Amino acid sequence: MALSYKNPEFLIERDYDKCINCRVCERQCANEAHYYDEDLDKMMAIDKNCVNCHRCVTLCPTDALRIRKYPLEFKENYNWTGEMINNIYKQAETGGVLLTGMGNPTKKKIYWDHLLLNASQVTNPSIDPLREPMELKTFLGRKPERLEFDQEGNITNLPPQIELETPIMFSAMSFGSISLNACKSLARAASEMGIMYNTGEGGLHQELYQYGANTIVQVASGRFGVHQEYLDAGAAIEIKIGQGAKPGIGGHLPGEKVGEEVSRTRMIPKGTDALSPAPHHDIYSIEDLRQLIYALKEATDYEKPVSVKISAVHNVAAIASGIATAGADIIAIDGYRGGTGAAPTMIRDNVGIPIELALAAVDSRLREEGLRNQVSLVIGGSIRNSADIVKAIALGADAVYIGSAALIALGCHMCQKCYTGKCNWGIATQRPDLVKRLNPEIGTERLKNLIRGWSHEIKEMLGGMGINAIESLRGNRLMLRGIDLNEKELEILGIKHAGE
Amino acid sequence: MKKVYAREEYCLGCKLCEVYCVTSHSESKDVVKAHKMEEITPRVIVESTGEVSFALQCRHCDDAPCTKACITGALQKDPETGIVGYNQEKCVGCWTCIMTCPYGAIKRDEYGRSIISKCDLCIETGEPVCVVNCPNNALVFIDLAEKQGEGVEEQDKLVKEQGGCRD
Ligand code: SF4
Ligand code: SF4
Ligand code: SF4
Repeated sequence: MALSYKNPEFLIERDYDKCINCRVCERQCANEAHYYDEDLDKMMAIDKNCVNCHRCVTLCPTDALRIRKYPLEFKENYNWTGEMINNIYKQAETGGVLLTGMGNPTKKKIYWDHLLLNASQVTNPSIDPLREPMELKTFLGRKPERLEFDQEGNITNLPPQIELETPIMFSAMSFGSISLNACKSLARAASEMGIMYNTGEGGLHQELYQYGANTIVQVASGRFGVHQEYLDAGAAIEIKIGQGAKPGIGGHLPGEKVGEEVSRTRMIPKGTDALSPAPHHDIYSIEDLRQLIYALKEATDYEKPVSVKISAVHNVAAIASGIATAGADIIAIDGYRGGTGAAPTMIRDNVGIPIELALAAVDSRLREEGLRNQVSLVIGGSIRNSADIVKAIALGADAVYIGSAALIALGCHMCQKCYTGKCNWGIATQRPDLVKRLNPEIGTERLKNLIRGWSHEIKEMLGGMGINAIESLRGNRLMLRGIDLNEKELEILGIKHAGE
Repeated sequence: MKKVYAREEYCLGCKLCEVYCVTSHSESKDVVKAHKMEEITPRVIVESTGEVSFALQCRHCDDAPCTKACITGALQKDPETGIVGYNQEKCVGCWTCIMTCPYGAIKRDEYGRSIISKCDLCIETGEPVCVVNCPNNALVFIDLAEKQGEGVEEQDKLVKEQGGCRD
């Protein structure tokens, strides 16, 4: 086609007083936005190639670089925003589906920010976590109606549980969608912090079997890399039905990303597209789901809890109740802000519901039906900080999954270009020269620091409320108040308005 | 002795080690001035082809061939520190050392002077700046002998574990 109507999104500004022509930026940019011009003896930029990932800015030794939003405005129009217009230009050129990466960035209400936490004053003392013990330990799995003991006083009827030192887990991210070095960082950090990471639907790379005790192995619609050894390796098994970023949609890992290692791990030929169907072709009802849950339990001698992951959609409460009765030990719900390596933009930004509302609705429903003890509830889909976690637990979650936050700790700068396979931070890529940019030793430390920092903050917030164990906060919605929420929202969230 | 080892699997080929090497061996010690106003050749050399890259610097060999080849005595091994030092005043730029160095770790001055550039392990500061500033920990400064006894095999294993190659 002749002229492209697309204009750059970002402007690369270089301070030539500072630039020393070291060409670090050029070598670090997989999008080829920088080059050295010999005739001019100057570094130059190609603005339209820039995705604003900050790699060059972070590595430039002289702080000579600045990236700005490209200063180009369309005539002001509330309806036809620049984004809408540019999307049309893109599609008019390619005829394709708009693709994107990471979670829904649109300006919709973030309920976490409308929830406020309580703290003790005068009538009940707050607790200082630095002086007094504070328990964050969390067990996920089915809890029996009542406990039975043997002669020595040991519990005899406890179904399998996974034990977490803190109620945080790394959510499902497959080897293929992220690099092996990213997987290694997650696996090592999880094992050193006593939490779990999740293989996603990419199978388990041979080098990661050693972290099995801290691994949740996923079984998704593509069944990639699923075999007996794989199921045996993990501490729990997760059936993935849906993902917050693209409910109702399957996955597609393009052939370019299926190199030697990915091919072996996923058990598919090298260079072929890895297509995960939208549905599991053997699950068309709760009864079918029950069959798969029990097939997996049977395959692993009823030694591992089985989780079922769904995306938060309209009837999430009823679906969750079905999953609980189908025999799942854990239900994982992924909200509409959940991240992804690649999703159609229209799906990501328009399908699904906020995790806060889904969580409250599911927890209430399971309680009403007397099913809540039968399943643990894990939520994900844009947990951004420790306060979000505390609020999630007060709303009824047992633990949270963090995906985007973990990747940000590894260096992700949220440029949302994961689907291009050219992640300059060595995360969402399989290109060997880019993968090596993420040193798993550094990655592991950064993740551990994040978990440590958040756990400490959770303890401080608990202490402030006069609570010394996370268990006492679970579903304790009295610790929450709403702000700027209407009656209906408060009702769904099951909380009072601030001031009440 | 403590030497710098490259961990090729984590080297980005960014060449920031070269930038910091130049800065550290400058008069101004200022990254911008060192590059714009002084003429300094980096003493660390980043070798790269495609996805493979690593930073190379003088291995400070036990039996340093360059010191024997040097016709003026500009290259000398310090018996105490083990560092192969270079005296620019004595150097005449005959490049004999360049031909004898089995690692290719000696470089001609990039600004046409009759001098060479080679790693001095940052004797002034005590810690090689390339190691300190490498963004991906692709360089380590360690004493292999101290870590694993003298055994060649053990040392090999350790360097391999560290992802580097033995000198
Ligand atoms: S990294 Fe910075 S100093 Fe080096 S060439 Fe790029 S802009 Fe210039
Ligand atoms: S600074 Fe580190 S990563 Fe960059 S080229 Fe030198 S050794 Fe390699
Ligand atoms: S310059 Fe070359 S030969 Fe001389 S000590 Fe260093 S590595 Fe060995």
